[in-house]
Amino acid sequence: MSAPGYTPDEIMTVTAARHLKDGAVCFVGIGLPSAACNLARMTHAPHLVLIYESGTVGTRPEVLPLSIGDGELAETATAIVPLPEIFAHYLQRGRVDVGFLGAAQIDAFGNLNSTVIGDYSRPRVRLPGAGGASEIATYAREVLIIMKQTPRSFVPRLDFLTSAGYLGGHGARAASGSPGAGPRAVITDFGVLRPHPETEELELAALYPGISAQAARAATGWPLRVARHIETLPAPQPADLGVLRDLEARTREAHARPVRINLRN
Amino acid sequence: MPLLPLGEAIATHVHDGDSVALEGFTHLIPFAAGHEIIRLRRRNLHLIRMTPDLIYDQMIGMGCATRLTFSWGGNPGVGSLHRLRDAVERQWPQPLALTEFSHAELALAFQAGASGMSCGLMPHHADTDLARVPGAALRTVRCPFSERLLTAVPAINPDVTILHAQQIDAQGNVLIRGIVGAAKEAALAARRVLVTVEERVGELRAEMNALVLPSWLITAASIVPGGAYPSYAQGYYPRDNRFYLAWDEIARDREAFTAWMERHVLGVRDHAALLRALGVAA
Repeated sequence: MSAPGYTPDEIMTVTAARHLKDGAVCFVGIGLPSAACNLARMTHAPHLVLIYESGTVGTRPEVLPLSIGDGELAETATAIVPLPEIFAHYLQRGRVDVGFLGAAQIDAFGNLNSTVIGDYSRPRVRLPGAGGASEIATYAREVLIIMKQTPRSFVPRLDFLTSAGYLGGHGARAASGSPGAGPRAVITDFGVLRPHPETEELELAALYPGISAQAARAATGWPLRVARHIETLPAPQPADLGVLRDLEARTREAHARPVRINLRN
Repeated sequence: MPLLPLGEAIATHVHDGDSVALEGFTHLIPFAAGHEIIRLRRRNLHLIRMTPDLIYDQMIGMGCATRLTFSWGGNPGVGSLHRLRDAVERQWPQPLALTEFSHAELALAFQAGASGMSCGLMPHHADTDLARVPGAALRTVRCPFSERLLTAVPAINPDVTILHAQQIDAQGNVLIRGIVGAAKEAALAARRVLVTVEERVGELRAEMNALVLPSWLITAASIVPGGAYPSYAQGYYPRDNRFYLAWDEIARDREAFTAWMERHVLGVRDHAALLRALGVAA
């Protein structure tokens, strides 16, 4: 097969962007989620409201931030609020429609680990930790997860449960009282997994052009169930790819710009 | 509120064994103050910060800390904090005890501390392993009114909170503009508050409701232009994202890290000299 004319990151980003409806309020993370949200805002969803956990509400950056709190986010925000407020008054109060998460590990019920690989007290790999993820997982009306699919990251058992997905499935999440609906889609470099309506176990629901279900199953550390009907997702439109590549070129240029500080003495 | 040279402010108000919060969420991280703590070779500190960032990576790698309270310990948008990882995974240069929260919990802990409360409350939902780690500081309680389950987060009251800010006026009042994080809560929770500022002005010209810390809340202030670099000060200079990317390579290796710190922090007199050595000073 010939090369498809787009990278795995690009089709993941475009697919994630297509999940966002115009006007939705999104709690955005750094990396692919930030690219996806801004791509959606610059294409089909101009009224998307982007909130970054630094307290920047309704921000409209021209270049992607490297950190969650770059000045670009503050300068283009509708409002900048303190951290206790962004978590309590916006997220915890139920004012966020879509939360984006990634992690080092995910299990078959969309539970996430971003804390440690190995034992907590003597970890093989110490990961950054929860940050905003555990509350995003609880309170966002729905959660979109973006992760590359490998047997090391799609695991039968998490080393640590940082953020709740469907817990053990079969309604366990709703029984725990979590206000949000949980992960509605896991967007990977093979396609999209969605929870089964009753068991809540993730199943392969959609594939990118030219990708086989067999390949997606081989990249999963548990026996991945396959939906009765697998949708084939469209390739990214040239117009979307153009906007995304321009955005990333502007971003690279901005992040390479040297900083000069006037010491005034 | 005395205006002191930074070295004197740190020497007088930060002691071995103190709990110290250098706050500022990505923005206004008090790097110059952290470097001064390293130069003064303070030891056995309990470092508190939502996002340890490069400044705590440096302080941990230089042996200042034996305990860390935090909620997200990575290099934002880049990857790991390698010195933090080395301390946790291989106890280098010494063991580091962790107290770990989520952002919402730690922000609440500062708020409780600032309010004179023993704890802060938030709704309780699914149990995650964060509540079960050794030394986990969370407790579940029942609301006396609604019977709902609540998570109680113990208040944090640092011995010292250090902030960087844009301006101080002639009376010693301090103005912060832009992303404020939990800076105000961390300052009001602390027993002592140190501030570094970009510049001294006659009058702050602050909007109503702007974040102004009145002078009588501040223990000591120091004028340190560029004091947040490689973090940033809105209206003065941007975040040096190139430096954050380059730090990944510097901090990955113990020798490279130590050599960098000896040359750029221990080997220079103050923050201005570091900015000149890095070619950042205009």
